Amino acid sequence: MSLLYAAVRRRGPGALAWHLGALVILAVVLYPVVWTLGASFKPSAEIIGALDLFPADPIGDNYTRLTEGIADIPISTFFLNSAYIAVGSVVGVVLSCSLTAYAFAKVRFAGRNVMFAIMIGTLLLPYHVLIIPQYVLFQELELINTFTPLLIGKYLATDAFFVFLMVQFMRGLPKELDEAARLDGCGHLRTYWSIVMPLCRPALVTSAIFTFINAWNDFMGPLLYLNEPDKYTVSLGLKMFIDQDAVADYGGMIAMSLVALLPVLAFFVAFQRYLIDGMATSGLKG
Amino acid sequence: MTHIHTSPGELDAGDGRSVAKRNGPGGNAPPAAPERRNRRENVAGYLFMSPWIAGFLFLIAGPMVFSLYLSFTEYNLFEAPRWIGLQNFTDMFADPRWRQSVEVTSWYVLIGTPIKLAAALAVAMLLAQKRWGQSFYRAAFYAPSLIGASVSAAIVWRALFSDDAIVDRTQKVFGVEVGGWIGDPSMIIYALIALTVWQFGAPMVIFLAGLKQVPRELYEAAEVDGAGPWRRFFHITLPMISPVLFFNVLLETIHSFQIFGSAYIVSNGSCGPADATLVYTCYLYEQGFVNSRMGFASAMGWLLLVAVGLVTAVLFWSQKRWVHYEEGGR
Repeated sequence: MSLLYAAVRRRGPGALAWHLGALVILAVVLYPVVWTLGASFKPSAEIIGALDLFPADPIGDNYTRLTEGIADIPISTFFLNSAYIAVGSVVGVVLSCSLTAYAFAKVRFAGRNVMFAIMIGTLLLPYHVLIIPQYVLFQELELINTFTPLLIGKYLATDAFFVFLMVQFMRGLPKELDEAARLDGCGHLRTYWSIVMPLCRPALVTSAIFTFINAWNDFMGPLLYLNEPDKYTVSLGLKMFIDQDAVADYGGMIAMSLVALLPVLAFFVAFQRYLIDGMATSGLKG
Repeated sequence: MTHIHTSPGELDAGDGRSVAKRNGPGGNAPPAAPERRNRRENVAGYLFMSPWIAGFLFLIAGPMVFSLYLSFTEYNLFEAPRWIGLQNFTDMFADPRWRQSVEVTSWYVLIGTPIKLAAALAVAMLLAQKRWGQSFYRAAFYAPSLIGASVSAAIVWRALFSDDAIVDRTQKVFGVEVGGWIGDPSMIIYALIALTVWQFGAPMVIFLAGLKQVPRELYEAAEVDGAGPWRRFFHITLPMISPVLFFNVLLETIHSFQIFGSAYIVSNGSCGPADATLVYTCYLYEQGFVNSRMGFASAMGWLLLVAVGLVTAVLFWSQKRWVHYEEGGR
């Protein structure tokens, strides 16, 4: 508060209004997160009705309850499954999307413009139209209840948004670099791996983090393709909580909801600049 | 050495242009060299593109065609598809629950997207003023966009909008006695809309980047001419950020058509009460995977593709009237 006061004194009354406005919005935006934190230390019966954000006597029961797992499956199983899918997705997206983006940005091949237009088209494609036929395909291949349907697309550059982001970034690299590499006898593969990839780090990091978060949060994919609880991701584990005993164990559900968000929040705190700058440029250059 | 100009004729050769420039030791590069170079470029291009091409053929284009075929059949995954012509589509139009899903989704898109974008723009304009703490606020406001689509957020939303919880108590202070929104078929959709508006941070960040590029001199000149804040907003800010606005409208609209997880969890897997949160994808999921009507669900998917395609086309067509791209273009 004293910092705020100092800022106001320096900048005048306009600054006061600005900070008041920003703080009000901040309170509304953060309320659900702070509420969840407080609720996770309340007894189940008090979670809905009690208005105070934090309980007078915080209890850890909701968290110790989580160590018992959900329906006899330890919650670490869900976390490991989610982590496996999320990390696998990141590797796939970074490799396949950067290869595709390199071709669009740096190789002059016949049909490039047509394929680029198609790629942009898929960016706008609603996935509804793919849900059923992809399911039938994976069912024919006997891949239901495996992680493959959730991962394969990441290795085949179907995330057009990241291809687009990387193309924009690669086009912004100085042309002299890859021309010099070519004169030195570098083929495309070497130019891609030793010159373009290191320079693209910001775009790669942005794509990697978004991929991780999207895969971690994904609900529909696992709901469609995973049907044994020991293969469930965190999202499906949470859904099991709801199906099982929503009323009886509200506290456990809220605690698990918060724990489920921790990896996402950690990534956000560590990399927020990459995420926000990545988002910002995607809109500008579009 | 590398930038010797060739004859104009060769320059017109499109993709070969820079190649000819680089290879030509004078104006008379032997034609074989650029050709070999082109072939090498083609081979490299298609090798690099091969994951995407495979993905496009097997996971996007192929399935789309297959789904189009399925939409004219009755198919339950176990028996072979049976051709029934347009039956799925006529069934759909006669189905009150399908009409309900169209209504719910349209309502969600038409109310939620404008409010979300208006909030995003308003907050972006506030944050565009350089002040102490600006980047902290920007990060904090952006955070809900990352967690808003998760099951956790939907669970919390369900709690916050229940009977007797914070929203209910707050509205009672103002004398509104409608109870929690979650159990009320006429209100629950607004809980979902609130959840999407809560995620205004993503478009906000894009607006903010656009606002930063508006030259300050324009505002100063307008102020000298006596233009008030509203005129400055409508005559400078809006036109100058219209490309960014267009981008946000397009992406947010298409995105919100596809809502599923939030509706599913907020309604506790029921898409209710009384089908009040039966968004299009929920109904498609129910028909395809609960009732095993894969043909009907495919038809639903294709119809939505057409609808989204039309909306996109209208947006692109309309941009000529209201989107101003800078000269020298992007």
